[in-house]
Amino acid sequence: MKILRDTWLVFSRQILLLLRNPVWVVVGVLQPLLYLLLFAPLLKPALGVRTNAEAYQVFVPGLLVMLAIFGALFSGFGLIAEMRAGVIERSRVTPVSRLALMLGRSLRDVVTLLVQGIMITLIALPFGLSVELQNVLVAYLMLALIAMLCSAVSAAVALKVRSEDALAPLLQTVSQPILLTAGILLPLAFAPQWLKNVAKWNPFSWAVDGVRDLFNGHPGTDHVWQGLTIVGLLTVLTVVWAAREFAKSVR
Amino acid sequence: MMIETHGLKKSFRSRQGRETKTVEAVRGVDLAVAPGEIFGFLGPNGAGKTTTLRMLATLITPDGGSAVVAGADLRRDPGEVRRRIGYVAQGGSTWDESSGREELILHARMYGVSKAEAKRRAAAVLDAFQLSEYADRKCKTYSGGQRRRVDIALGIIHQPKIVFLDEPTTGLDPQSRAHMWDEVRRLRDESMTVFLTTHYLEEADALCDRIAIMDHGQVVAEGTPDSLKQEISGDVVNIGLTDVARGAEVLGSAEFVRKLETMDDGLRLYVDEAGSAIPLILRSLDSGGVGIGTIELHRPSLDDVFLTKTGRTLRES
Repeated sequence: MKILRDTWLVFSRQILLLLRNPVWVVVGVLQPLLYLLLFAPLLKPALGVRTNAEAYQVFVPGLLVMLAIFGALFSGFGLIAEMRAGVIERSRVTPVSRLALMLGRSLRDVVTLLVQGIMITLIALPFGLSVELQNVLVAYLMLALIAMLCSAVSAAVALKVRSEDALAPLLQTVSQPILLTAGILLPLAFAPQWLKNVAKWNPFSWAVDGVRDLFNGHPGTDHVWQGLTIVGLLTVLTVVWAAREFAKSVR
Repeated sequence: MMIETHGLKKSFRSRQGRETKTVEAVRGVDLAVAPGEIFGFLGPNGAGKTTTLRMLATLITPDGGSAVVAGADLRRDPGEVRRRIGYVAQGGSTWDESSGREELILHARMYGVSKAEAKRRAAAVLDAFQLSEYADRKCKTYSGGQRRRVDIALGIIHQPKIVFLDEPTTGLDPQSRAHMWDEVRRLRDESMTVFLTTHYLEEADALCDRIAIMDHGQVVAEGTPDSLKQEISGDVVNIGLTDVARGAEVLGSAEFVRKLETMDDGLRLYVDEAGSAIPLILRSLDSGGVGIGTIELHRPSLDDVFLTKTGRTLRES
């Protein structure tokens, strides 16, 4: 299959370049650890739970979703740098699959996120986090879809605006309300009704609910399948959008 | 024909404040490029050279017209065009953190060849472009000339029938430029067709087998550099004068002057043959009482061709 081969080609190049840059590797590993070690202890009193273990049970799923959103959402900056270097244009004159140009880069973001996610889960275990393997695997699927979705959005927007100066404020403006109304760091249980109503329109709030249920050992709840469906559909739509942006002729 | 276009058109909409303006970048270009030639697109910046090139390389879709590139129809089958052509952009195409060899292998593989074959081809072009020594260093360590050679190597690694080079020597020092000319000639000797753009007159003159002069989105002249210069026919005489207006008056109606242009400090005269014209010019000016500063004769250059076709020199546009 040409598309699979081409995707692998783009993906392996991206991973190679990522691993070659020690700064990214160190940041990618350290950043989630800091969140886990420094932020979680604050949550115990804030959430009104009795043990650290309970706090981690609420916080870790949120942290994972946040990483999935943010890590991938800012990948467009790398794409703009590649555009500036002429690497994208060079690819576009070859018969390489346009979808592969997009998928290969997004899969890099998915794999990066999964590596971070697995590390966080493993480190949180000794602190009292408990989760069953089959549930955590479904949760990782949800996270992978979120990363793919955000990476595709970021790529499509980057290809449209074509400048870091425009991309940075745009992504900030969009990501802040998404983060706040998704109940990512704190659950929306204590939120006023109007905020809960707003959250219903935030796809990531459904995803967070799903991931929390999975971590709490309830894979059969509505939250799980609803979250997967919503995020899955959006992922397909945004991937198509981004692939079209890649294919589209731009000046 | 390696390239044949009819009425190729492209306009862009640009927005300035609230007004949208349509800029006709390319206004009906007809071209015929034969296999195995170095074809040059000469024109000032903004003439539409790059836009035409990008259309032929499938990077932007034409608004109108048709083109057959390397035997494939540009509008119906851009995928096939991509397989048969190479394209080297003006601004470079390498990534700082990869090595030249890595870039070449990846690029070859994007054309569908196996890893082993891609490695073999990369080694071969690195050798041909005298880059083997630096092949495994990161691209950010390369000089401008080395980097440009990697760009060209990338453009031809899949052995295309035709390669498009957008201003291949812009920004290079004279030595690297001469080196690049040799590389381009070598490609032609390997029976590749080369289509390049340039705004350097000397480059079009020395390197290209045939050129098309482009201005304001249209081809204003086409032919070999020599035939274009002959079209102007005869010689060019530049005379420095103290009183330009008076000189123009005296010589304007003289039958031995085919064409006369006024410059800041004198006149430019197009004559059939300078040897017999100069005494006549001197005599006329003398009897008209016009003081002569300098007199200088030269064979017409491509700039004169450009001037007669567009009414201004390439250097000033």
